[in-house]
Amino acid sequence: MKKITNLKEFACTPDRFLGGHRLCPGCAHSMIVREVVNATDDDLVVSTATGCLEVCSAIYPYTSWDVSWIHIGFENAAAAISGAEAMHKALKRKGKLYTDRPVKFVAFGGDGGTYDIGFQALSGATERGHDFLYVCLDNEGYMNTGGQRSSSTPIGAHTTTSPRGRVSYGEKQKKKDITMIMAAHGSPYVATACPSYWKDLAVKAQKALETEGPTFINALSPCTTEWKFKPEETVRIGELAVESCAFPLYEIENGTKLRITYRPKKKIPVKEYLGAQGRFSHLFKKGNEWILDLWQKQVDEYWDYLQRREECGV
Amino acid sequence: MATPKEMLTTWDKIQFGAVLPSFEDPKTKKRSKFHSYNYKVADWRVEKPVFNPDLCINCDFCWVWCPDSCILVEEVTTKRGKKQAKMVGIDYDHCKGCGVCVDVCPTPIKSLLMFPEHTPIEEALAQWPKKEDKKKD
Ligand code: SF4
Ligand code: SF4
Repeated sequence: MKKITNLKEFACTPDRFLGGHRLCPGCAHSMIVREVVNATDDDLVVSTATGCLEVCSAIYPYTSWDVSWIHIGFENAAAAISGAEAMHKALKRKGKLYTDRPVKFVAFGGDGGTYDIGFQALSGATERGHDFLYVCLDNEGYMNTGGQRSSSTPIGAHTTTSPRGRVSYGEKQKKKDITMIMAAHGSPYVATACPSYWKDLAVKAQKALETEGPTFINALSPCTTEWKFKPEETVRIGELAVESCAFPLYEIENGTKLRITYRPKKKIPVKEYLGAQGRFSHLFKKGNEWILDLWQKQVDEYWDYLQRREECGV
Repeated sequence: MATPKEMLTTWDKIQFGAVLPSFEDPKTKKRSKFHSYNYKVADWRVEKPVFNPDLCINCDFCWVWCPDSCILVEEVTTKRGKKQAKMVGIDYDHCKGCGVCVDVCPTPIKSLLMFPEHTPIEEALAQWPKKEDKKKD
């Protein structure tokens, strides 16, 4: 296993996801992908569900990947990777593998391809117990098609299908808690991560790849285009999300052992996180204060819940 | 059985279950013309980041967060025998000018700053903010 101690050493890694892709300037997707694929020296087989990452990294005839890569439909990244993994296992059993090098299987999907459309494939693959890592690039909406809401969109967010207006305050539903759902599958390792905490993410990716069985990482991916902030602020928005506990970083082993991997020194009000993004700007108008209070209440309650779970070791 | 190198030459040589290696030769990093590395996105840029090697502390923050993998680093060995990456410059073929690297650069006076695309590098370096009231450390 490759050792990740500090960034100076980590930066000696030859990149396996290269430039020339057409993701927006300042997109967090490629930060996440680079932190995951560079975290291991093993051969990788990657499948990617339709989404920003797939359309931008594989515009015909180009590819940005230095690893074996499968493009598959919106709904079945997990199914494709479990098929590849099953074949690898079968060939190994029959002694027909041409290489002895360890091979790891990774699937990437956006939140649309994970929370909504790809969920049954992911749930099935996890239940069957294939050995793969699924990374969800969670940008809280269908950003590839112009910013529609998904079940990951948090309450109050403006999207094209939950627009703000004189009466509407944007998205009405709460964000679905996919990480806990995956933990409830009994997966040996699930975690949340944010690319602004590169080491946390890289170490989690490594741990997930080393763990045998279906593992899952939900990585927050601040989206400059649809969250409406300046491209250079991507890393800072990710930090705000974590420091305000709107997106807490934790991991769960075997569905039962929760550990908070990063504790903000001083929890900042969630208003600062929301205020930094254009998609929430209407919440700061008169009459919408109750949503901000609701947000803060939900974040506090969830953070308390995580802490209680960690304390009790469940 | 075809070797990995043969498998890379044509599709019908690829074996079932083969995992193709990243490169034909990891040393030279030879990539085919279908790799997006051979595609330029430089024209997306309005402003470009300029690198000032005199101020850089080689923290590599810019390397890990550049979304377009265009921070060029060089592997060096320190006096204590540890390998570490030294920031050497920017790959202007793939930089989209997002400014993330400037934002994350931690030096008191930034080692990376955005300048209009047409500014020559020397001119940009000459305009760099000076360490006025900052003490040397
Ligand atoms: S401006 Fe953006 S793309 Fe260009 S080097 Fe900096 S981080 Fe990379
Ligand atoms: S972030 Fe700034 S100080 Fe750090 S390596 Fe890059 S240019 Fe140098």
